[in-house]
Amino acid sequence: MLDFLRHSPKQFTLSEDDKARQREVPDNLWVKCARCKELIYVKEFENALQVCQKCGYHARLSAAERIRQLLDEDSFAEIAAGIGPADPLAFISEGQAYPLKLQETQDKTALLEGVVVGTGTIEGLPVTLAVVDFAFMGGSMGAVYGEKICRAVETAIATRTPLLTVSASGGARMQEGMYSLMQMAKTTAALVELAEAKLPYLSLLTDPCFGGVTASYAVLADVTMAEPGALIGFAGPRVIEQTIRQKLPPGFQTAEFLLTHGMIDLVVPRRELRSLLTRLLRLYAPAEAAAQ
Amino acid sequence: MTDKPAAKPKPDPKAKGLDPATEAAWSRVQLARHPDRPHPLDYIRGIFTDFVELHGDRAFGDDAALIGGLARLDERTVLVLGHQKGANTKENVARSFGMPQPEGYRKALRLMRHAEKFGFPVVTFIDTPGASPGLQSEERGMALAIADDLLAMLTLRVPVVAVVIGEGGSGGALALGLADRILMLENAIYSVASPEAAATILWRNAAHAPQAAAAMRISAADLCEFGIADGIIAEPPGGAQTDMPTMVETVGGAIRAALDTLDAEISKRRGGIPTLLKARRAKYMQIGVYTESGTPTRPPAKRAAKNNGRESGDPLPDHATETITAP
Repeated sequence: MLDFLRHSPKQFTLSEDDKARQREVPDNLWVKCARCKELIYVKEFENALQVCQKCGYHARLSAAERIRQLLDEDSFAEIAAGIGPADPLAFISEGQAYPLKLQETQDKTALLEGVVVGTGTIEGLPVTLAVVDFAFMGGSMGAVYGEKICRAVETAIATRTPLLTVSASGGARMQEGMYSLMQMAKTTAALVELAEAKLPYLSLLTDPCFGGVTASYAVLADVTMAEPGALIGFAGPRVIEQTIRQKLPPGFQTAEFLLTHGMIDLVVPRRELRSLLTRLLRLYAPAEAAAQ
Repeated sequence: MTDKPAAKPKPDPKAKGLDPATEAAWSRVQLARHPDRPHPLDYIRGIFTDFVELHGDRAFGDDAALIGGLARLDERTVLVLGHQKGANTKENVARSFGMPQPEGYRKALRLMRHAEKFGFPVVTFIDTPGASPGLQSEERGMALAIADDLLAMLTLRVPVVAVVIGEGGSGGALALGLADRILMLENAIYSVASPEAAATILWRNAAHAPQAAAAMRISAADLCEFGIADGIIAEPPGGAQTDMPTMVETVGGAIRAALDTLDAEISKRRGGIPTLLKARRAKYMQIGVYTESGTPTRPPAKRAAKNNGRESGDPLPDHATETITAP
């Protein structure tokens, strides 16, 4: 039954993923902005870090693209790459078994699961990084997601480096039932250990970020940031609309809404992200020097 | 306490033509949500003495859906918290059907810190469809309020016992649920999302809630098997609502026993409270089933003993659970 999981881990490395992504747009020289529908020259879009220069829309990034944008070139070393999903409940919905759904998603995304973790540097400053790929079952948090966040925390503690998470999630992985809900507890427990080690934790919330991820580790950072326009919340907008039976006001649950309501520290445009992170990492450096 | 006897639930059209396993799972959901089931205040009044309810989050308001206060249990003073559903429609409107707002969770946080200050153990009663979804809850930071409770419960330097008495719904239940002992009533359920919500997501139709209830494995026995719940409290035949005095007495006995065990563990172990906290965190850090290089595994059992230098997962020892019956 688990044959589908016995892929060579190599298949899921970043370079392969990059190639897969590049294959998707071999001849297309133009992309259409998902929000304002403006046609943008692909190279220009890439140079702008996939931000529409007309309307400011920040396109969703794959984990590989995010890592390439954030870290110094070739500095990323993946950890826990071989951790993949299991099917503890033998879950079947609408006649489809969960392992088949996983296999479809793995084939489509060339990822073993939705979180990529590893170490790297930003302007030469070391960080431990965990990035969620929303394309993998909506960034849903199951046992692998939680375990990989835990591994990232443990690596940060072992190497005494700050932790940076980049989150995007539709919520819990329904197919893993209560194991999924408990990942909220698990990731939070890991953060208690990070806090005891007095290591800084920086969290970037990206579009979209909902449910158990937003209600656990992702908002328990020393500095919580979000990308402009990202939708972030606990309950999804559709659930709220159905509950209150009225349309939601414009701008509701955006990064800017969260900033105005005091829930996050900063809204950071993508082109300023690396320089902001560099500044923050330098600001926390004296604390680490004192701890040594 | 109640204005009038609550109406009996009507036969559920969803329950027609189900296979026996699905039907059993769905009838358990109905029992867990039975309007006549005892609610936290019934247990508090029946088990504890000198209850003083404490109100408010000191920032925005008071939330009637999440109650808390100090009470006496024999020689102990304990802090009790619970999701309070109403016994009838009028009460349910006042208590928002046991679905707290952020200020409910912030009141819980305040009271947990209060308990810690005086060394009072914390007892929580879990019974909620989930945290209240809405404009105001998002404006006031529902996600943060829940996350802060999770963090608090993992660092709280007093024993914590959680009892799932009815419906344990998602993050709104979990926010009162990170405990040293998690006990579930025999017909209680605890799920990542309500069966209706899960059915909407996975079956694209809320009418498949019975199938979702069966597939998600949300019973007390399931949760014990997963290593999440530590014990099952037996209910009277037909469910908790059929014999409230016996149910309350059984739950009281289970809470006393759990607190006695935790006190014994604290005084026996050299580490005292720090050891208790370490064990509490270790429990959660060990939850999960995944594959590593293709082999099914679980997180290492020794994880919290040292937080670096990981080796691949030793299998978890069989999770010890108990069944608590009426005296």
